[in-house]
Amino acid sequence: MLDFFLGHYAYWFTIILLCIGVYGILFKKNLIKKTIGLAILQISVVLYFVSIASKWDATVPVLNPDFPADQVANYLNPLPHTLMLTAIVVGVATLGVAFTLLLAIYNRYETLDEEELIEKLQ
Amino acid sequence: MIESHLPAYIALTFVLFSVLIPAFGLWRSELSQPLAVLGSGIAAAFSVYGFINYLNEGSIRYFFGGWEPPVGIEFVYDGLAGFFVLVINVVSFFVLIHSHHIAKREFPGKEMPYYALAMLMMLGFNGMILTGDLFNLYVFLEIASLSGYALIAIGEKQAPYAAFRYLIIGTAGGTLYLLGVGFLYTVTGTLNIIDMAAMLPMLYESNAVFAALILMIVGIGVKAALFPMHGWLPDSYTYASSVSTALIAPIGTKVAAYILFRVILWLFGLEITDAIAPLSYIVGVLACIGILYGSIMAIAQTEMKRMLAYSSVSQIGYIIMGLSLANPWGFAGALLHVLNHAIMKACLFMISGQMRLKEGHSDISRFDDSYRKKYPWTMASFSIAAISMIGLPPLAGFFSKWYLALGTIDNSNWLFLAVILISSLLNAVYFFRVLEKVYMMDPDKGQKEPKDGERNEPSASMLWPTGILAVSLIVIGFANAVIVGILLNIFPM
Repeated sequence: MLDFFLGHYAYWFTIILLCIGVYGILFKKNLIKKTIGLAILQISVVLYFVSIASKWDATVPVLNPDFPADQVANYLNPLPHTLMLTAIVVGVATLGVAFTLLLAIYNRYETLDEEELIEKLQ
Repeated sequence: MIESHLPAYIALTFVLFSVLIPAFGLWRSELSQPLAVLGSGIAAAFSVYGFINYLNEGSIRYFFGGWEPPVGIEFVYDGLAGFFVLVINVVSFFVLIHSHHIAKREFPGKEMPYYALAMLMMLGFNGMILTGDLFNLYVFLEIASLSGYALIAIGEKQAPYAAFRYLIIGTAGGTLYLLGVGFLYTVTGTLNIIDMAAMLPMLYESNAVFAALILMIVGIGVKAALFPMHGWLPDSYTYASSVSTALIAPIGTKVAAYILFRVILWLFGLEITDAIAPLSYIVGVLACIGILYGSIMAIAQTEMKRMLAYSSVSQIGYIIMGLSLANPWGFAGALLHVLNHAIMKACLFMISGQMRLKEGHSDISRFDDSYRKKYPWTMASFSIAAISMIGLPPLAGFFSKWYLALGTIDNSNWLFLAVILISSLLNAVYFFRVLEKVYMMDPDKGQKEPKDGERNEPSASMLWPTGILAVSLIVIGFANAVIVGILLNIFPM
């Protein structure tokens, strides 16, 4: 049982981060905190992809004459890392749009608290 | 020569015009709208040509840079993709023609960034449909979503908050989809849809595949406004500018439904989908609840745009229901409903935009029988689209429900059949309410005569697109046998 937890510790961190992110989105009343929760949720998925690419006793995916390229166990899997570069960029763009919308909301209602905002909307 | 590069051309057209519009728009802002119409017109022409080419020659696989999958990224132009691309590009072409005056009125001076964003959103939608790679699909999904959030935020005072809510739930959905793709990548080692579909039967009853499937259905279900993930939709569609609503409502949720089709029927196949739990049936039941909920909520609304938004929640349910039936009739009915609903909703939202432009509101309780004389053609188009929405023959909406009903009978699924019949009655309630206001005289008030001038129809650039869409509903109604014949050939099993 302990092996199950310790052997997969990277995934447990991912799951904890994912739960924190979902908690932030669902239960926080402040819209900025909701956005932070969203960012944590995205980062947890990024970390998941990064951790599935790693291997014990393997090196960075740059061709090294000591390790022949056909023995793929010598190298980390570069594909998830490159995918996550794109996903991080997507996340940054999402945060940019989110904060722009928050600015627009604040300029119109002068609050970012969800309950106050809903009162002012009606 | 052009055929082999066709999938890339469709996407590149939108890339090109999303750059051209800012370049020319800085010089002359009034050029933005014609350029957007030109861009989507070219893309629509490519997609018409591509679909005809598909019918004659079969599907196209386009490898970017000549790298073959699974190493490279490919665009797949098969029957399903060709059909969806055709529908969304043609409908958005008419919506963009129609948008000219409303854009000038609702967000003056912001046309240039607005139309550039609209082109980016269309790029995202077309990319999602055409791509044959799951991660590439995520990137296009986010391109479409991010520009979609921005488009929804342009509108009334409440629009940014509606867009923010959509952003939070939409991005969370996209992230869950990405996590699902991650699970599939760890068990198969590929991201290409065709490649992965060949490997997945070896992983029958695998828990990782099952978890990935649920994550993908939930993630994409948010975008498709599948009940109970529809909460963002009514507010976003109501408060956004009429142009954004007319552009996003007919095609946005359809593209998400397309991904569900692609994932459930093409990637996983029905056996793996139902291996551990009867997921396809659960999705169907959710769709049924969505249909009834959307129709009942639509009856409770007095604001036309809000009523149409709830009706969208209901109509997407028909499409997902056809998917969950997973037999040829249900499939053909669902795809026919994608076409019909895109046209009907575009037409209805365009008319609500016209009412806002001309009357300053789209509140149904303030409609009266003078509208019949003031806007004879607009109201005629509205009636055709509304009656087609209810599903009376010979209009197009009848036939998609007919084929869906045949599909339910094929599966002996009487629950779904009952839902189709009840929701048609509910549709009738909320549309005849509008028609009654416009075409019947109110006995208490007597006939209202329009005050200034007999006719107050909007200009030809708005009247023609609505009219053409309305007439096309009649044409599709009569040509349904031909279309369904084509759609039945697309069915994968």
